[in-house]
Amino acid sequence: MSERLSAADVAKVARMARLNISAADVERYTQQLDGMLDHFADIDNLQLADVQPMTQPFTLVNVLRADVEQPCLDREEVLGAAPAAEQGRFRVPPSGGEDE
Amino acid sequence: MSNFSTATSIAHNVASGARSAASVVEEHLQRIGQREEEVHAFNLVTSAEARKRAADIDARIARGENVGPLAGVPIALKDNMCTRGVPTTCSSKILEGWKPPYNATVVDKLFAAGAVFVGKTNLDEFAMGSSTENSAFGPTRNPLDTSRVPGGSSGGSAAAVAAGFAAVSLGSDTGGSIRQPAALCGVVGVKPTYGLVSRYGLVAFASSLDQIGPFSHSVADAALLTEVIAGHDPMDSTSIPKPAPSLVSVLGRGVEGMRIGRVADLPEGADADVLARLDAAFVALEKAGATIVDVKLPSLSYALTAYYLIAPAEASSNLARYDGVRYGNRVAANDMNNMYADTRAAGFGDEVKRRIMLGTYALSAGYYDAYYGKALKVRRLISNDFAAAYANADVILTPTSPTVAFPFGAKTDDPLTMYLCDIFTIPTNLAGHPAMSVPFGTGQANMPVGVQILAPTLGEEAMFKVAAVLESAA
Repeated sequence: MSERLSAADVAKVARMARLNISAADVERYTQQLDGMLDHFADIDNLQLADVQPMTQPFTLVNVLRADVEQPCLDREEVLGAAPAAEQGRFRVPPSGGEDE
Repeated sequence: MSNFSTATSIAHNVASGARSAASVVEEHLQRIGQREEEVHAFNLVTSAEARKRAADIDARIARGENVGPLAGVPIALKDNMCTRGVPTTCSSKILEGWKPPYNATVVDKLFAAGAVFVGKTNLDEFAMGSSTENSAFGPTRNPLDTSRVPGGSSGGSAAAVAAGFAAVSLGSDTGGSIRQPAALCGVVGVKPTYGLVSRYGLVAFASSLDQIGPFSHSVADAALLTEVIAGHDPMDSTSIPKPAPSLVSVLGRGVEGMRIGRVADLPEGADADVLARLDAAFVALEKAGATIVDVKLPSLSYALTAYYLIAPAEASSNLARYDGVRYGNRVAANDMNNMYADTRAAGFGDEVKRRIMLGTYALSAGYYDAYYGKALKVRRLISNDFAAAYANADVILTPTSPTVAFPFGAKTDDPLTMYLCDIFTIPTNLAGHPAMSVPFGTGQANMPVGVQILAPTLGEEAMFKVAAVLESAA
């Protein structure tokens, strides 16, 4: 194993990806992801300085429509699918925490 | 080809009054009743809706109406396509029970064409996998040998057709998720050109790669279904602003004078039984009047790396929306960040978490250039290789899958082993081209082998012509 990434790297990535995973999982994912990065090293030595990156199969153009009223999703149906809703809005816990 | 009725014959018989849509749907529901417990192709069977729709179609035909090109055809949909009011789970606990407030464009098009929808099929969670073993609701089994996987990620859609539960089905293909299970289950599977079929209402995995396409028993059915679902949709900004191609009409035109590319530097990894069938396919096409030409795709061996950096990177962004706020399940917590992180940890399975982390890492500051940025450049090399190859060839033939269907658990210990299943299908998605798998005989353990036909952008006509010849020679 080349140790391309550490358990601390994986713990940081999990935090950025908003995944609350256990220490044992961090250990396991570190090993698996490290193995993948080892395989992905096959492109390390390619000469790519003059190659244009390709993000899409073809160039995308922005799609706009006329600014006129059209039917849209039913508000009650949409809110009905949410874990919590209140007064026509999605309800979430406060970002700084709330008192028990 | 199997003994099950094709969509083409069902639609013909229902429209002409020779058979009722009700009797067709009952026949399929009966087969579901007999074998679904063993196969587990579906997350949900919609028997009541199917019977109601079939009765409606029969009534309309009795009134002399034209109900469309798929009159009374039972169809199954991969459970990552939105169906209004009908649960759409992506085989993930995070979306369990969610009922979309709208239909995917393909769903509306199928209904308008007279199709009868029989259920939502199982998949690897969020379409991430090559065996359907990653479903949160248990694996699908290959109807031809239930000790083996059906392939994935659209394993349920492939199995539903192979088992005769539906005449045709739809899957989605990001790196081979239609073609590989089609090959492993012995059915036809098509990934159309990127942008040919609207993805509005398809739950996004990797937006620069995802495409919807059909599974069927016959090449003619695949052509018919592609015609029905293709065409411009203003609701999808990547939709090609052109009318749907005419494909059924090109079948039977043969391959006389066509140039069929054989990849001289094909990446290693395919089993001998699979390569033997590929050789037989070249012989059949040559006999039918085509010319075999050698093409080189030197960057093909880097496609796996490019794909497994680009697709997870896009997925890490697309799957950020599952945060317990607007839909799906939530784990309660007293602040927002813990609510997000606990919800996602409980809701996503192992493979999805692995890919989200891989993608997040590949996009993160300090690593972006080394991984994601470099992968995008390799993608360009692969696209350039194809452009050069198609200057000399009309289509290219490769294996679809390196092996026949494998036993459960054979590739689950090391994620990379599973990723290698996609080695021949991934390059097409990176380039945005069409490709399809056609059953062409059997290999080890008498399991089916698929041959893959690749074509350049909007080259569906040439691809289907070759497919029809291979089908009749198989």
